[in-house]
This record gives sequence, structure tokens and C-alpha cells, in this order.
Amino acid sequence: MSEALNGMAEAKAAKRRSPLADFFIRLVKEKRLGTLGGIIVLIMLLTGIFADLTWLGMPDVGLAPYGYNEHNLKDRMDAPSAKHLLGTDSLGRDLFSRVIYGARISMIVGICASAINVVFSSIIGVTSGYLGGRVDMVVQRFVDAALSFPMLIIVITLMGIIGTGIFQTVIVLGIWGGIGWIRVARAAVISIRENVYVEAAKSIGCTTGEMLRRHILPNIAPLLIIMFSISMSGNILGEASLSFLGFGIPPPFPSWGGMLSSEGRRYMYEAPWLALWPGVALSVAVYGINMWGDAVRDLLDPRLRGGVGRYGRATKKIREKISQKGQAGA
Amino acid sequence: MRNYVIRRLALMVPTLFVITIVVFLSIRLIPGSAVEMMAIEMGSRESTGGQMDVAAVEKMLGMDVPLHIQYLRWVGGLVRGDFGTSLWLKRPVLPQIVARLPVTFELGLLAFIISQCIALPIGLFSAIRQDSVGDFFGRSFAIISLSIPGFWLGTMIMVFPAIWWGWAPPLNLIRFTEDTMGNLRQFIIPGALMGMAMSATTMRMLRTTMLEVLRQDYIRTAWAKGMRERVIVIRHAMRNAMIPVITMIAGQIPIMIGGSVIMEQIFALPGMGRLFLDSINRRDYPFVSGINILLASFGLVLILLVDLSYAYLDPRIRYK
Repeated sequence: MSEALNGMAEAKAAKRRSPLADFFIRLVKEKRLGTLGGIIVLIMLLTGIFADLTWLGMPDVGLAPYGYNEHNLKDRMDAPSAKHLLGTDSLGRDLFSRVIYGARISMIVGICASAINVVFSSIIGVTSGYLGGRVDMVVQRFVDAALSFPMLIIVITLMGIIGTGIFQTVIVLGIWGGIGWIRVARAAVISIRENVYVEAAKSIGCTTGEMLRRHILPNIAPLLIIMFSISMSGNILGEASLSFLGFGIPPPFPSWGGMLSSEGRRYMYEAPWLALWPGVALSVAVYGINMWGDAVRDLLDPRLRGGVGRYGRATKKIREKISQKGQAGA
Repeated sequence: MRNYVIRRLALMVPTLFVITIVVFLSIRLIPGSAVEMMAIEMGSRESTGGQMDVAAVEKMLGMDVPLHIQYLRWVGGLVRGDFGTSLWLKRPVLPQIVARLPVTFELGLLAFIISQCIALPIGLFSAIRQDSVGDFFGRSFAIISLSIPGFWLGTMIMVFPAIWWGWAPPLNLIRFTEDTMGNLRQFIIPGALMGMAMSATTMRMLRTTMLEVLRQDYIRTAWAKGMRERVIVIRHAMRNAMIPVITMIAGQIPIMIGGSVIMEQIFALPGMGRLFLDSINRRDYPFVSGINILLASFGLVLILLVDLSYAYLDPRIRYK
């Protein structure tokens, strides 16, 4: 009797796992590639943070053996060796250190721009979707107009006007990239607004502020996390493309995209490693973030909840049955 | 349907207004120091020896009258096909832009064709043979080509064949009318790179929608009727699965224009993307705003066409 009760208590405890723990358990169990992506993101993040420890007052300690702008004219254009793992560029800067510092820039841009994406698009999208009517109409026309521009062209235009730099890149990618998500946030709010509990809350005199805070925001929270994860790879690639074309983060800062164009393309025949490694780092980072973002979406999207994986397995059986039927018919 | 078309067309007017405002204001945002810098640059360019004064540059940019008059003048010009005069070339902007269009258009068309040739068969196969080895490779290919930035792959294609085999892409434009094969050889690599990047999204989308459709009741009915797999997949499933995919493919066209900016830069193709980058580097703002306005209007029309075709294909939308 007591054993059975214990068992039930255990089952209950297991069911009442915190959502966060549940998320990670499901991630590891169901999304192998997503887990790999998460690990890659974590490594990139740690690499960025510990490239050096200047922020702790210890500029000499860190993962990067040299500074990102440490000229060493004796060792210019060195091929990869034990001293310079990935070789050096035309100013004798150690490529390995610069790739490590590049992770810091990519992570700063990726995280900050995505955070702005989420905050900006959810504020505008939620207001416009919740209020509806004329406000919504006006906001939607602005969104339509903004989405008519090819993203890269308008972003380059804005960067050309306000000037290059890490702060400018984050702001432009954050705001302009957020516009596309306004529609997503708005659509989510409109579907939530239709629920009976919103009507009930209204009828007991809930104010608009309370309504947004207590009923709307908690319901779109998973969506915001999904937005953040998915927009991050776009922002990192966007920064790299901008820097590659010379409109993102100016030299000497070691942006992966910028390293490809300023040093990599100029000396690509004499020192191909200069063009190779920043791109490899960028590809791996974007791959990891894509995988992570996909897994987060699959695990959190209410429409997909219950797991695409489980559904897929069920349908495989169905498919086998179907193909048996097909063969029988043929 | 007619009411829907009219409503959509009416909604385009305020959107177009906002587009012109955005472009107009972004040019007005140029900080004063930039205008001064332009004055210095242009002074030296005119070889007058001295500097041009700021007022003259402002007059040239049409910045010497109140804001709303500037705006009206500018929009009036746009309507008449006058996109302004280049600060650098001293010639009207529009014909220059139009002259650069064929290169970008050809690149885009090639990329589009290549992308569909990759995406549709693989996406379809991935869906009807879910979890097979082919499905695994197809999806891996999609994920990898989503992650590798085109500008890096393009640079690699410039570098390693040159080092290993001494091969390098031509640096001058080979015209289609003069040497068709040479022209295609020149365009095929940047086109393929762009197409590959685009195909990944299409492939993944087609796979998802196909999987959804293949679980519908009418597909089971079709199997039960004893129809052949080919007929079911092509005629029953794919037709329905393609509707959202088509929307997405059309939505990719503006992204493709962005991609062509990068590819034209890497492979030295004199298209509109090159012109755009050159103009913005020279601070030739009439070009910049002209290209932006043209592309945004194009994007707007594209969105409209997609929505109309969507409404045409799916009656639920037009009666909402």
C-alpha cells in the first residue's frame, strides 16, 4: 500500500518537474542535433567570454594567446605553425587569437540584436494586435512598407548613413530585423485575445496593463524564446555579411566577416588560411545556432507540442502499412 | 475575388506612401558632418582647387527648401520617372540603374532555377521516404547549406581552384549576346551558390507541408481507391502542399536580391548590387535612394501578387 503511494508520489514529482528541467530533459532525449547545437552555442559563448579576462582586470590571462590587434611585423603572413596555430595576417596578427575574439563579437551582436528583435517586435506587435482597430491598421502599413525592402540593401543603406560600428550594427539589425517578427507577435496576440479567459478577465474589470502582463505575456513567452533562438543565426550572418561588405564592424576589430574581406580576400592566393578559418568558425557557429533554434521551436511551439519526433515515429508505422497496402493493390 | 483585389490595391497606397517617407527621411538623416565631407570631396573632384560650400551641396541635394516641399518635389520627380541626378556622374540616375539590371536579373533567374531544381525533387523525396537514408542526406544537405555563408563559399571557390589548378573566374563581364556559353560559365557558379542557399529553405518547407498533406484523409482515400503512388504524390499531395511553398519562394526573391549584392561583389559582376555598393561608398545618395525605391516597390508588387495568387488558390482567404 505504502509502496504504491510512494510510486504515485514519485510519478507526481516527475510530472511536476520545473518547465526548465523538463525542457532540457526532452532536448537531450529527443533532439540529439539540437543538443549538439546547444553545446556549440555554449562553447562559442564561453570562448567569447574567456577570450581574455580584461573585464576581470586580468588582460594577460585568457584563451587567446595574442591580442586581437597585436602587430608582430617579424611574423607577417606566416603559415600555420606551432607558434601561430592558424598563421598570421599581413600585419603579423595571430589568426587563431583573432578567430577567438571573433566569437566574442559574433556573440555580442547575435545576443544583443536578437534581444532587441524580441523586445521591439513584441512591444509593437502586442500593442498593435491587442488594441486592433486604427492603431493596428497604421502599424501594419509600416510593417508592410518595411518588409518590401530587401533586407540587406536597406540595412547597408542605414549603415552607410549612420556609420559603421558594433553599436550601430546591433541597433540596425535589432530594429530592422525585428520588424519581420512584429507580424508573428501580432498574430499570436490576436489568437490569444479570442480566448474565453480573456473575456472573463475583461468582465471582472481587468485593466489593459494587467491583461497584457497577466494573460497575454505569459502566453506568448514561449514564442519570444523561439524568436530569440531563431533570429540569432540571422543576426550573426547579417553582421558577418555587413562586415564582409565593409558596412558592419570596422577594422581592426576581429569580426569573422570582416576578416574574410579585409585580409582574407586581399591575400587569398598568398595566404589562403586567412580566408579559410574565419569562415569555418562562422559556419560552425551558425550551424550550431540553427540546430539549437530548430530544437527550441520544436519543443516549445504549442502547435508542435507533443513532439514532432513522436508523431513522426507513429506515422512511420502508418507509412509502412500504407506501402504494404500499396503493394497489395499493385 | 474582385472585392479582395480592390481592397488589396487600396491598401497599397498608404504602404507606398510609407516607403517613400522611409527612403526620403533616411537620406535626410545624413548627419551635417557628412554633407560637409561631401562638400570637401566634391570640391576636390571639381578641380576648382578650393572647397565647395555646404550651401551649394545642400542645394544640389535639394536640401535648401522646407522639408515638405523637398518631399513633394522628390515624389513628383519619381512619378515622372525622374529619380534625380547622380552627384558623381552628373547624369540621370534611372537609366544607369536600368542598364545594370540585366546582370542582376540573369543571376537571380539562374539562382532561382537552380534552387528549384535542387529543392523540389529532394524535398519531395524526403517527404515520401521519410526517415530513409536519402531523407537523412537531403536534410543534412539543407542544414549545411543554410549554415555556410555564401560569401565564404564564394571566396573559397575563388581561392582553392586557383591554387590547385590555376583556374580563376573571368574578371570582365562576358555578354550573353556575344558569347552565350562563356556568359553562362561565368554566371553559373555565383548562381549556383545563391541557388543552393535558397534551396535549403524551400526543401525544408516542402518536406514539412508534404508530410502534413500526406496524413490527410483524402490521401488515404486515394490509396484506398488503389491509385498509383505517382498519381497520389503528384496530383493529390503535391498540389496542395505547394501553396504555402510558392508563397515562401516568392518571399525569397528580396533575399535573393541581397544575395546578388554579395555575389556580384565577389565575382566582379557589374550588376545593380555592385552599383549600389559603389554608390553608397561614394555617398552618391540619389543612386542609393533610387535603388531603394525601385526595389521596395518591386517587393511590394511581389507581395501583392503572392497574396492574390494565394487568395485565388485558397478561397477561405478572400472571404475572410
